[in-house]
Amino acid sequence: MKVVKRHALTAYALLVVGYLMLPIAVVILFSFNRPAGRFNYVWQEFTLDNWVEWDSVLGLRESVIKSIQIGVLATIVAAILGTLIALAIVRHDFRGRGSTNVLVFLPMSTPEIVLGASLLTLFLNMTSVFALGFWTIFIAHVMFIVSYIVVTVKARLIGFDRHLEEAAMDLGANEWTTFRKITLPLLAPAIIAASLLGFALSIDDFVITYFNAGGEQTFPVFVWGIARVSVPPQVNVVASFIFLVAIALALANVFWQYRSARRAQGAV
Amino acid sequence: MGAFFHRHPRLTPYLLLAPGLAWLALFFVVPLVFLGYQSLQSGVFPSFEFTWEFSNFADAISDYREQFFRSFFYAGIATVVSLLLAYPLVYWIAFRSGPWRNLFLLAIVAPFFVTYLIRTLAWLNILADEGPVVGFLRTINVLGEQEGLLFTTLAVVAGITYNFFPFMALPLYVSLEQIDPRLLEAAKDLYASPRQAFMRVTLPLSAPGIVAGTLLTFIPAAGDFINAELLGTPKQQMIGNVIQAKFLESLDYPTAASLSFVLMAFILVGLAVYAKLVGTEKLTG
Repeated sequence: MKVVKRHALTAYALLVVGYLMLPIAVVILFSFNRPAGRFNYVWQEFTLDNWVEWDSVLGLRESVIKSIQIGVLATIVAAILGTLIALAIVRHDFRGRGSTNVLVFLPMSTPEIVLGASLLTLFLNMTSVFALGFWTIFIAHVMFIVSYIVVTVKARLIGFDRHLEEAAMDLGANEWTTFRKITLPLLAPAIIAASLLGFALSIDDFVITYFNAGGEQTFPVFVWGIARVSVPPQVNVVASFIFLVAIALALANVFWQYRSARRAQGAV
Repeated sequence: MGAFFHRHPRLTPYLLLAPGLAWLALFFVVPLVFLGYQSLQSGVFPSFEFTWEFSNFADAISDYREQFFRSFFYAGIATVVSLLLAYPLVYWIAFRSGPWRNLFLLAIVAPFFVTYLIRTLAWLNILADEGPVVGFLRTINVLGEQEGLLFTTLAVVAGITYNFFPFMALPLYVSLEQIDPRLLEAAKDLYASPRQAFMRVTLPLSAPGIVAGTLLTFIPAAGDFINAELLGTPKQQMIGNVIQAKFLESLDYPTAASLSFVLMAFILVGLAVYAKLVGTEKLTG
């Protein structure tokens, strides 16, 4: 009885982890399936064809490229805007700081459908300025990524050792040089982590994109379009590929942290 | 550039904020104003007129009361189930997982690495009539020969729960991880049973995580339409489905806009109540 009690929590935790992993395993598994009909819901037989001919589905390759282009562009712009906001909030005392915090927080706590719908009404009412397509998706993505960048970079800035900057200034560096040579390099890991998150959010976004895409197709919009007609296994191939790249990056990060933690222990 | 900042130190924060806040103002705040403007219009596509049509709101609520209720009901269940699934898991990761901690944390966010639509479609595979789950449930007679799981309320709620689970687990983890283990030792030294230590120390200290996780799960869940669309039938339609269809299919912008506004208003009121209870600083980080 005692053994059961001691391990009950572990068992429960592992079961929940299993639940989290199950759909992921299914997505990857069915990327190797040879479906019998138009839908890829029932396992038939193993094949590598879907991976070899991943872009044999009309429009799939274009949609993936579009997603990557928008993700990269929107992330770069949002990373710059977000980092500047984070610097202002953490480093400076100014009037309106509280409302700035609220303005940054609000997009994250607004349902995506409201974000998407309200942007669409703006674009529809200003058709002379905005035509739905690539750039309206870009605008929307920057808007919702910025807040996540601010939050991530802010967290890092709060624990920032300012002595290094003071030392640089004491040694005669001006503010701009100090920022470029000290602050920015030290902040780089946080900005990179925030950007990876931003890119992941962008490439995964469906709701906001769908509202503001016009005829443009990103990968999720493409999947939505064909989901009612037929779901080719190539869609699973692309999703599995994105997953594997992301998980490889994340694992590398975990391993790196683990190693530097061990090194730090060794040093003591 | 440095010289300029040096001469006008009080301007610096505003210059740093200007581009980002301008973007948020133009593409977050202004669109909300347009949404409000659109919601008070009347007419039929493409000739809408601004007529202070407040009845749109009354109509929106009375015509789609059912979908509003359903959205909040589904989102509420999904939030509670996520909390019950996430809390023990995250507790275990924070206190018992040892050197593998980061790996288990990665497992929590891993679903986010699979495109949202596709991880929802994966539930079609799992819950399919020919799939193992339904097969098993039929064998043990929980489901009849003709009964299935797909296109039911259960499937929709399960999909929502799965999709927003990480939003619950991550803030919970952050709050549990920050608990100083010495507090728990102190409780033990003072003869608290493990149960008492949990109820009096751990649980209250993790309250901010519960608050944040609940909000971060409930808000997107209430506005979701993908799970209802892919895993449900018209009988499981949520308010998101209605907004989506009105905006993009029947082009009834005023109704769609007023529905979005009502949804937003419900959530803001909820947020305000929460903020009052826990304090703004905690909410905005």
